[in-house]
Amino acid sequence: MSPENGKILPENDAADLNFEATELTLGLPGKSRVTSDGGAKLGNKRGFFETVDLNFGDKDCGQSQIDVQEAANSPVSKVQVEGWPPVRGFRKNAMTSCKYVKVAVDGAPYLRKVDLEMYDSYQQLLSSLEQMFSCFTIRNYLNEKKIIDHMNGIEYVPTYEDKDGDWMLVGDVPWQMFVESCKRLRLKKSSEAIGLAPRTPPKCASTTERSLN
Amino acid sequence: MLWVSRKTIKMNYFPDEVLEHMFFFITSHKDRNSVSLVCKSWYKIERYSRQRVFIGNCYSISPERLIARFPGLKSLTLKGKPHFADFNLVPHEWGGFVYPWIEALAKSRIGLEELRLKRMVVSDESLEFLSKSFVNFKSLVLVSCEGFTTDGLAAIAANCRFLRELDLQENEVDDQRGHWLSCFPESCTSLVTLNFACLKGEINLGALERLVVRSPNLKSLRLNHAVPLDTLQKLLMQAPQLVDLGTGSYVDDPSSEAYSKLKSVFQRCKSIRSLSGFFEVAPHCMSAIYPICRNLTFLNLSYAPGLHGNELTKLIQHCRKLQRLWILDCIGDKGLGVVASTCKELQELRVFPSDLGPGNAAMTEEGLVLLSEGCPKLNSLLYFCQQMTNAALITVAKNCPNFIRFRLCILDPVKCDPVTNQPLDEGFGAIVHFCKGLKRLSLTGLLTDQVFNYIGMYAEQLEMLSIAFAGDSDEGMLYVLNGCKKLRKLEIMKSRFGNAALLEDMGKYEAMRSLWMSSCEVTLGGCKTLAEKMPRLSVEIINESEQMEFSHDDRQKVDKMYLYRTLVGHRKDSPAFVCIL
Repeated sequence: MSPENGKILPENDAADLNFEATELTLGLPGKSRVTSDGGAKLGNKRGFFETVDLNFGDKDCGQSQIDVQEAANSPVSKVQVEGWPPVRGFRKNAMTSCKYVKVAVDGAPYLRKVDLEMYDSYQQLLSSLEQMFSCFTIRNYLNEKKIIDHMNGIEYVPTYEDKDGDWMLVGDVPWQMFVESCKRLRLKKSSEAIGLAPRTPPKCASTTERSLN
Repeated sequence: MLWVSRKTIKMNYFPDEVLEHMFFFITSHKDRNSVSLVCKSWYKIERYSRQRVFIGNCYSISPERLIARFPGLKSLTLKGKPHFADFNLVPHEWGGFVYPWIEALAKSRIGLEELRLKRMVVSDESLEFLSKSFVNFKSLVLVSCEGFTTDGLAAIAANCRFLRELDLQENEVDDQRGHWLSCFPESCTSLVTLNFACLKGEINLGALERLVVRSPNLKSLRLNHAVPLDTLQKLLMQAPQLVDLGTGSYVDDPSSEAYSKLKSVFQRCKSIRSLSGFFEVAPHCMSAIYPICRNLTFLNLSYAPGLHGNELTKLIQHCRKLQRLWILDCIGDKGLGVVASTCKELQELRVFPSDLGPGNAAMTEEGLVLLSEGCPKLNSLLYFCQQMTNAALITVAKNCPNFIRFRLCILDPVKCDPVTNQPLDEGFGAIVHFCKGLKRLSLTGLLTDQVFNYIGMYAEQLEMLSIAFAGDSDEGMLYVLNGCKKLRKLEIMKSRFGNAALLEDMGKYEAMRSLWMSSCEVTLGGCKTLAEKMPRLSVEIINESEQMEFSHDDRQKVDKMYLYRTLVGHRKDSPAFVCIL
């Protein structure tokens, strides 16, 4: 059950109301709230999320309607509650899958697998790939994402196959979108990567110059 | 003299054999139960001729009594854990073990042929025992069970010589990497149904192909994700007579040879009426399926998050005869509009959430309204959504008065009507008012006691009610208990119902299968009172969080209470965290 202390009072015209008046009381008007040692469970039965306290008991719904509206709009932190949502465990497990994708490198005999869910950004992913294929280092030249094999002087460009079967350059779309649509990764030798979607010309160049000045 | 001769007039005009023949045509459990209550003679004939028994709560009766009453038993259905166990509210070790049943049946002379289990704990040991104890065993159906591995399946495959049906639905199965499929002997040619879609591990594809080749009666085949598209194509070549198909992983390059072969074999599969699977799916490959779509009556895409948008709606537009559709909410309101205009025969719809985070649900009331306008035959609904309005529910109730099952789940469970800021009492009130045949109802949203007043007043046929985060006071629960005469199962979580409601009409619970209350206001004292007054109920307190000393404070609120009627007293297999009062 949620704690009683998640309190974010909405700004409204009734700022002069004392706290108790704005507490959520779900009994019908006139009913007194029963208190007992199990207080934590009573106070915010509606506290599925850490939510605002609302006065819902009034017959005059005008004020409370505003409260409800503001509550619905205010940011709340959503806490996982046991038994909610009512989805079978089997289904829950099936839907929250790890997003393992194969990683191939041109010229390497073996593929690796990475779990895209483990990363929050392209940078993290590429760092991890760097570690996996440890002879390379990543050069993130401004907005270009390349992996460079310093030993052999070969540049690798990370590409991926998306849901539609097309081979795309890593980095164009927002990270989450990438995670959802990526089916597998391939580090292509830079020379072979020609022909993929053209890079956005580095606006970078001018900004770098500016920052250097 | 006249008085004596009246006493000797027989009430039954037919000899037993004729009655038995008549009873043969009475198949529903309810009717059979009614028949057995008419008189002693009918009871006797009925019990000897009964072949199929359904036991909704495995703890309500013992296997010994079952066997004693129905010596001719061939098919047994057993349910174990309460429904809310599906949502992780019941610890794994709570109970529902099938082993004692199999043991008792094996000792007897019962010629068991079919066993159907739901929410039970099934060990490999019990599966092996089962497979070796009944010569004519034909059919095993396991739904939402757990406790077994593929080793248990291997025993079934190896030992049940006349197996017709192995149907595994949404079970938690440990994969032992054995080759259970290879354990079907060459002599096994009797399979009609093979469903292993829920298995997570790899499959011996060669063994699968050989099995299908030697199963000419195979009508239902549901594969797991480990079976690739090219194997599917090979299997369908061998089994074009299939009526029910669950694909495995449905991914390939549309220009591949396997895919073009698949396309042509689908055109030969003229009997497929039911389709599921698509655990991984390449949208480009869906056009192969279009030829079977026109005859489909059941389509289950609820495990296919890879299918959405245009590809999904295009597919649905081919399914004009659909009666049952299970789908993910990525279909969106607009997609439901397509369903509404295409699937005029639709009776059952289930829309599952694809993203379980709050605030991410895709469906709103609009999709449901569109659906109700296009599909008047709708009688069964499960709908996960972001929001709902009273107006929409009222419209839906009027458009579709035939609802038997209505389960609405607003992912934010206390959300009010976003248009009027009112609770959803009126909307659900309309549902129970207009849908006079409603048997099952699940409610969410902001709800006061008033909705329960409506339910008590109008829901005359209601048998099962699920409540979460609803109601204001004991009045709510009392409306339901007093009003719904046919109520069999009531399950409540996180609602403001307490001892007064629980204890008002205790006899009612003997007319019901079970009552579940968790995170409500009932206290230990209230439960004790109930248990004391009603010896034919088993009142279980489930308390896994702390070591609850049960001699303690009667005013303490009970975390989880599960009570059920039983003819055999308290069960002996309860774990330490369950206290039976």
